Amino acid sequence: MANAPVPEILFPQRPAPGIPVLDVRDLTVEYAADGPGVRAVDGVNLSVHKGEFVGVVGESGCGKSTMLFAIAQLLSPPASITGGSVLFNGRNLVTMTARQLNVLRWRDYSVVMQSAMNALNPVTSIAAQFRDALQAHGNFSRSQIAQRSAEVLTLVGIDPVHLASYPHQLSGGMRQRAMIAMALLFTPELVIMDEPTSALDVVAQRSLMIQIRELQQQLGFAVVFVTHDMSLVSHFSDQLLVMYAGQVVEIGPTRTVFDSPAHPYSRGLLDAFPSIRGKRVRLTGIPGSPPDLGRPPQGCRFHARCPVAMDECASQEPALYPVGAVGSRCLLHRPAQVKA
Amino acid sequence: MTPLLQTRKLTKHFKVGGNFSRRTLHAVDDVDITIDANEIVALVGESGSGKSTIARLLARVYKPTSGEILYQGKSLQSMRSRRQSQTYRGDVPMVFQDPFSSLNPAYPVAHGIMRGLALHRPDLDRGQRRREAVRVVETVGLKPAAQILDRYPYELSGGQRQRIGFAQALAYRPTLILADEPVSMLDVSIRIGLLNVMADLREQEGVSFLYITHDIASARYVSDRLMVMYAGHIVESGPTEAVLAAPRHPYTQLLLSAVPDPRAPLAVGAGTDKGEPPRVINPEPGCRFRRRCPLAVEVCATVTPLSELGPAHSAACHVAAAQL
Amino acid sequence: MTALLGTVAVVDGAEGTRRRGGLLAAVRHSRKALAGLFIFLAFTVVAIAPGLFTSVRDPNALQFIPALPPSGEHLLGTTALGQDIWAQLLYGTRESLIIAVVAGLFATVLSVVVGVSAAYLGGIADDVLSMLINIFLVIPTFPLIIILATYAGKGTLLVVLIVLVVTGWSYGANQLRAQTLSLRNRDFLESARVRGERRSYIIVAEVLPTMTSLIVANFLGAALYSVLTAAGLQFLGLGNPNSISWGTMLYWSQNQQALQTGMPLWSIAPGLCVALLGTSFALMNYAFDEISNPALRPVRRRRGKRTST
Repeated sequence: MANAPVPEILFPQRPAPGIPVLDVRDLTVEYAADGPGVRAVDGVNLSVHKGEFVGVVGESGCGKSTMLFAIAQLLSPPASITGGSVLFNGRNLVTMTARQLNVLRWRDYSVVMQSAMNALNPVTSIAAQFRDALQAHGNFSRSQIAQRSAEVLTLVGIDPVHLASYPHQLSGGMRQRAMIAMALLFTPELVIMDEPTSALDVVAQRSLMIQIRELQQQLGFAVVFVTHDMSLVSHFSDQLLVMYAGQVVEIGPTRTVFDSPAHPYSRGLLDAFPSIRGKRVRLTGIPGSPPDLGRPPQGCRFHARCPVAMDECASQEPALYPVGAVGSRCLLHRPAQVKA
Repeated sequence: MTPLLQTRKLTKHFKVGGNFSRRTLHAVDDVDITIDANEIVALVGESGSGKSTIARLLARVYKPTSGEILYQGKSLQSMRSRRQSQTYRGDVPMVFQDPFSSLNPAYPVAHGIMRGLALHRPDLDRGQRRREAVRVVETVGLKPAAQILDRYPYELSGGQRQRIGFAQALAYRPTLILADEPVSMLDVSIRIGLLNVMADLREQEGVSFLYITHDIASARYVSDRLMVMYAGHIVESGPTEAVLAAPRHPYTQLLLSAVPDPRAPLAVGAGTDKGEPPRVINPEPGCRFRRRCPLAVEVCATVTPLSELGPAHSAACHVAAAQL
Repeated sequence: MTALLGTVAVVDGAEGTRRRGGLLAAVRHSRKALAGLFIFLAFTVVAIAPGLFTSVRDPNALQFIPALPPSGEHLLGTTALGQDIWAQLLYGTRESLIIAVVAGLFATVLSVVVGVSAAYLGGIADDVLSMLINIFLVIPTFPLIIILATYAGKGTLLVVLIVLVVTGWSYGANQLRAQTLSLRNRDFLESARVRGERRSYIIVAEVLPTMTSLIVANFLGAALYSVLTAAGLQFLGLGNPNSISWGTMLYWSQNQQALQTGMPLWSIAPGLCVALLGTSFALMNYAFDEISNPALRPVRRRRGKRTST
């Protein structure tokens, strides 16, 4: 089925010069267990430049949320980073002490969680929570706190009168936007978001995505956005990462990945989204389930479900090979591969 | 020809706020639905729109506050005896949303199917029931069926469990299956498989479906007719392609423009709507969408619009009606 | 019938990490539980055939020289009345074990019936039954026990059992009610309702099997409670002083001031046995802690209710 090219990205960004805001190199995260641990994230590389929106896409069990938590240094046992580095403006977060991290947290990078209802304290008002966040990372007077809190709420389109409200008094969409406001209190350089829209209805989702992009334009922060819904980021992200079974299987400019997905998994994933326009055709999805990461398969992790798997895929592990503007972890794109 | 299932002014209100409160939640109001044999009807709405309540009303989990439900021309209220009730349950089973809690974890997955067969196909003996269980499990695409039947739910994936849910419903030889968001909790790449199962069941076993979802794209993929719900009302209904090609209700238009479609241009206009579907408690008269509606006129505030009846494309909007 | 498109081959390997195989497997996996089971079985053997371990046939008969210290003939010495302490201990195991198991069992049955019904039936039934549970929960047990036992006359074994069941059921009922409430809206129960199952069937065949670990844990807790409380009752003289049990041994040794008159084993031995039997129940409970607490179970969900992957 011919993919019409993606018409546009909202406010597209070209990678800014200079070192990337976030540079993840060869990151590996393992969950300890009796016996061999489970490697939830296996050698992931990712670069995020100033003002860039990077989408990380994958289904359940692919490791994207674990990777996000690892980047934000929020992992707790039994999960731990067992390899690689997370460079924030050149400094390695993995080797920092808690005190050093605290200086950076919220001021230089912040996190928006998946469910606002779980992340916001249900028994304190929004104003109190903003105040906690502000006081935890700096010394401010009362009036400064009040002013800043009102500022960020207005930024996300909420009337500051809601500062006195409790989370349950706000609607789902407003809660999520309040979370984003909280993340922007210090105008950080990087905001990490873990599926912030999954509990919202389609209309609220759309307005939230547009809002995030507009804020990026205004304030210049970079975003790493994790989601299972590829189409959600199709108009908003500059760079796209597709993860499967703990590895990055495709990475590149969003437009290119949507126009011509190189990896069979990305292709299968894109094809699994029924469209509301165009002809109605029967789709097939991707049969089977992701592999058990406690006992990862030999060779390519996708080969058991791959429609174009070759013999060597069962024994040879592919690396990330360049294919035009994208990188693809597939033996089909191995350099000097003679295609039959 | 009598439709398979029909509702007339179906209404369900819930009391909220304790024993002495006077506040009622209008979950479903004056809903008219028609489902014929051999068709898949999609009911699309956001959470809180009342679509799950409709499923439960049709499954007789709730009793309607008013209005009636007619199955093959006979009112459900007239089915008082246990036998009549059981016959209906066997004809109109339900498939649930959550694959991780829809099967009893203490038993192998065959349990639900066998119990269902025992209750609804008493003519079969034990051996025949087992064979029938194997048959339905194969029909939904799980192999080897006999082995799978003896597994426990935690040994199966989410997609496999949902297929078992369909197999359970299929075992009754139903006429209509109520599917309440059967794929929302599954991974995207697995959803299509289940939707294909539904389409194939309609083709090969002649089963109708009421497919309840918030995802318009999957509704389009699998359904013949589409109904859109908002705040307890049906706001638009008609053949799927017709509704999607020319939506007449402003909410449908809003919904369609908000659906993320990588192959379509981005419609930024949709981003300016920041409203959310209301929880309808003690509602005022008038259209429930009017506060978010770009087309609202005076009459919208006082008169609740109703969909026109009929198999053709109908929409509950004064402005749309006036344009005819 | 031809299979449809999208045939899914079964992928081997469990999705979740829930333990398979019922209760025995649970016990086997825990060292503490095994220790507890071992102690319990040892006591059971003694209760069934105490004669195997001692030559004395009537432990209550005053047949020996009183107040003897431990020796080869009398492993723990003799009481102030001339009974072999070791023999009394062995024969006393039977009654203590019976009390623990029977009272524990009946209390658990009562907990299950009241707790699960209250939660599942809901509405007024729940209000009434909850009130009942709370009343029994709040009443201070020991004073109640003493009053009941005195009222019932110098207790026979039956009275002791009744008292224990009446005071011991409410804690478990509350736990089971809470657990059932959390299960009530699970889809598989709704699926059973939609299927047309009767309510009684659902409670017995759909709800209870998912709570077996909790029920067993409850039983162990009730048994523990019964052992200790029975000993306490008998120690206070509210049991039958002529019966042979650890509690009555404690009563008589107290009565005869064993500790002060150089016969400490007469008090210590039965006390230790009570503690040991109680401990065995507590140890066995370790196996069920994790299983019976669903909050500790891994659950995988999607869309707005996800756990991180």
